[in-house]
Amino acid sequence: MLIAAIVALAVGTYAFRLSGVLLRDRLELSDSLQRMLPMAATALLTALAGTAALMAGSEFAGLARPAGVLVGGLLAWQKAPFVVVVLAAAAVAGLLRLAGVA
Amino acid sequence: MGTLYRTKARPRDIGALAAATLAVGASFGAITIAYGLPAWVPVVMSVLIFAGGAQFLAVGLLAAGNPIAAVVAGLLLNARHLPFGLAVADTLGARWRDRLVGSHLMTDETVAFALAESSPAARRRVYWLVGATIFVTWNTGVVLGVLLGGATGDPDALGLDAAFPAGLIALILPSLRDRGTRLVALTGAAVAVLLTPVLPAGLPVMCALLGLLVLLRPARRDPARRDPARRDPARRDPAPPSTPEAADQVEKTTEPKEASC
Repeated sequence: MLIAAIVALAVGTYAFRLSGVLLRDRLELSDSLQRMLPMAATALLTALAGTAALMAGSEFAGLARPAGVLVGGLLAWQKAPFVVVVLAAAAVAGLLRLAGVA
Repeated sequence: MGTLYRTKARPRDIGALAAATLAVGASFGAITIAYGLPAWVPVVMSVLIFAGGAQFLAVGLLAAGNPIAAVVAGLLLNARHLPFGLAVADTLGARWRDRLVGSHLMTDETVAFALAESSPAARRRVYWLVGATIFVTWNTGVVLGVLLGGATGDPDALGLDAAFPAGLIALILPSLRDRGTRLVALTGAAVAVLLTPVLPAGLPVMCALLGLLVLLRPARRDPARRDPARRDPARRDPAPPSTPEAADQVEKTTEPKEASC
């Protein structure tokens, strides 16, 4: 049963991935719809970042994680290198937790 | 790095991603063992499913003896890969081998890194480089986590839960300079965050596609109705955008994927 569930999830996930790639050729999209595809991807990624930054499960993520993401986001806005953004976000969240802030 | 194509992604950026992926992969391996599941489970999951968020979600439900819920929840969370696939289809390459393998390497980070590049050649190169890097480091991390068990430490204590959203933001920010994209993305993200407490995992993020509806606003044309004739290019014509710039902003097309909400 365990392996059946894992294979089902793997096949379904791969089907989502591949069908998007293959559908792109089948669909005759107007120019305006084609311009919307990267916008749709960016909206999904922004939503992922937003929910991952603010929420843990269905509840608010507390203080440490949003604070870390905020610092990282501000650095990114100031065009800091990617590696600095990632390390600063992790350091702020980790240090806040070390200091007892959830 | 190679000199053929200039990419914005630097080796050290991809190195940071690799290190974080390794650490989170190790925690996935360790957590699965701590749940009392066999050692092959995290390894097989990571190779075959290769989607971190869904794996963490599914393994908890599997451990709780609820395999059907694990499959359903994991698939809901991974439905976003379909629109991702539409967006990066041209990036993977035209050959079947590239499409079959490249599809499996599709993750949030692969897509984000690729879309941050401006030229198609750089997008393609970065997609494959990041995809392969994540596949290797994720699976290596999981094996290490299985072997080391609890010794790998808590990823939250290292602040890695903040590192991933911050990294995504860094990759997305350049595309948010475009006003239309910014409106769509921020509206979608707000919808997703607001719906997170009330919808099962995965659906809120899919509902971010509703953000595309803001593109309908300037046209003020049947915003609520789904247009069955959306593939007919002629239907775009009647709109009279006042300027060429407005023509770019004004989108009257409806979003085909919103039905998932």
